Amino acid sequence: MISLLNALPGAVAQGLIWGIMAIGVYITYRILDIADLTVDGSLCTGGAVCIMLMLGGQNVWVALLGALLAGMAAGLATGLLHTFMGIPAILAGILTQLGLYSINLKAMGKANQAINVDKFNLLVSLRFTKNVPFYKNSILIVAVMIIVLILILYWFFGTELGCSLRATGCNDKMARAQGINTDFNRVLGLMISNGLVALSGALLAQYQGFADINMGRGAIVIGLAAVIIGEAVFGKVFRNFGFRLLGVALGSIIYYLVMQFVIWLGIDTDLLKFLQAAVVAVFLAIPTWKERYFSKPVKKGGQN
Amino acid sequence: MLEVKKIYKTFNPGTVNEKQALRGLSLTLKDGDFVTVIGGNGAGKSTLLNAIAGTWQVDEGQIIIDGMDVTKLPEYKRAAFLGRVFQDPMNGTAATMGIEENLALALRRGHRRTLKSGIANSERKLYRDLLAKLNLGLENRLTSKVGLLSGGQRQALTLLMATLEKPKLLLLDEHTAALDPKTAAKVLETTETIVNQDHLTTLMITHNMKDAIHIGNRLIMMNEGQIIYDVAGEEKKQLKVEDLLHKFAEASGGELANDRMMLAK
Repeated sequence: MISLLNALPGAVAQGLIWGIMAIGVYITYRILDIADLTVDGSLCTGGAVCIMLMLGGQNVWVALLGALLAGMAAGLATGLLHTFMGIPAILAGILTQLGLYSINLKAMGKANQAINVDKFNLLVSLRFTKNVPFYKNSILIVAVMIIVLILILYWFFGTELGCSLRATGCNDKMARAQGINTDFNRVLGLMISNGLVALSGALLAQYQGFADINMGRGAIVIGLAAVIIGEAVFGKVFRNFGFRLLGVALGSIIYYLVMQFVIWLGIDTDLLKFLQAAVVAVFLAIPTWKERYFSKPVKKGGQN
Repeated sequence: MLEVKKIYKTFNPGTVNEKQALRGLSLTLKDGDFVTVIGGNGAGKSTLLNAIAGTWQVDEGQIIIDGMDVTKLPEYKRAAFLGRVFQDPMNGTAATMGIEENLALALRRGHRRTLKSGIANSERKLYRDLLAKLNLGLENRLTSKVGLLSGGQRQALTLLMATLEKPKLLLLDEHTAALDPKTAAKVLETTETIVNQDHLTTLMITHNMKDAIHIGNRLIMMNEGQIIYDVAGEEKKQLKVEDLLHKFAEASGGELANDRMMLAK
């Protein structure tokens, strides 16, 4: 029991870091209605760029900015494959992801690059989750970052451009009829999403003290799990767009707490990815099952 | 206002599904013309509207709106000149967004979308006034999601969105076909009111021949990608449904093959 309690702050910190990634997934999956597999690659890109910039002597904030921009470039690549070259979104994401594997490897020079928390001024780390002054606590720092990011996104999706992006994902035929450049908006959405994912990767690499070529494997599944859990748990309470993003971040924390609990129960950790896939598959099936087996007779909406 | 010059469009060329949807069609609309379009299944009515709207590029020919050649312009750019209402009520609005958000999107048609707020507070009064005129009780539901509205309400809203920023040309693609008769009549009435009051140049496809005769100042009949009958003014007003059926049989050498149209007699 003590070991579980000891692991909790770490799980929360990790959940929050993945929460940023999950918000990125929410933007493509829920707002643009695209399942973007680029994230499996761009998460590592963020980590790699951040670690390499810091090892090269850059300030941590510069490194984070570099990761963000690299992620946006990855989103741009997927976006252009999808719109300009007409490749289906899922396939476009897979192509970028595959290409990024080489790029990430070249950026790091090898499959794994460690960074020493004692020698570098990291923003977040495993070590900073307990027994540190509160302002250095990773949980607090990432929580503040998430809130700032949610505020920025809340503002953006309320602007003329942001509204047109939501319309693009909701009904692109209508969007074009209203003069909205849907291709541009898709690319923009993919860039924002992957920028956030890479930022999350940068924080994750600092937190665990290394960037690894495989760190993004299955990231999309964790992101989707967080989105689904967030909606299932907070969907009824959080109606407002900003709160819904918060719900996604909280969903990510819940996910990591559950994972921690499962590990504490002593499950073979080799099986974790299988478990993740199975759980997310079931949750993704729920809307279909609901409709197929539990739907009520057709109801007429409105009075006309 | 609109000049369509000898446009051709073939779908799936070179395959067994090849379909010559438009065959050298030409059409000129004067400012303020309200033209109804009728024709059998596969006559090319919707294809004509889609060609004008730029859903895809035509194979040959030219499309000019208000003196500007838009033939090569992508759909979203042409939208600046066009108001559109589709047959399927689901197509014209964003279901997960609010009524006011949909209207705000439409108000910005033809303008650059910036980082200014998506809806200015001052717009809400305009929306409320316009919605009140529809008489559907939507004026007090500005923030309701459009997905909650009925088909008729959505079509009325789409019509409002299409004309909020006055279009040079209004394209109505059987916009009442998916509605029950009572609702259809109401939406049609709203259509006439808006078109008359804003003096809009309009192309309206309909399956109802009575409507086609009574509404607007000009009627065109299409068959196999061409206009086979074009009538305006007094002559149009004197038309009877039988005349149209006869005209069609004469021009095409066959029956007017549209099941819905038969019912609408």
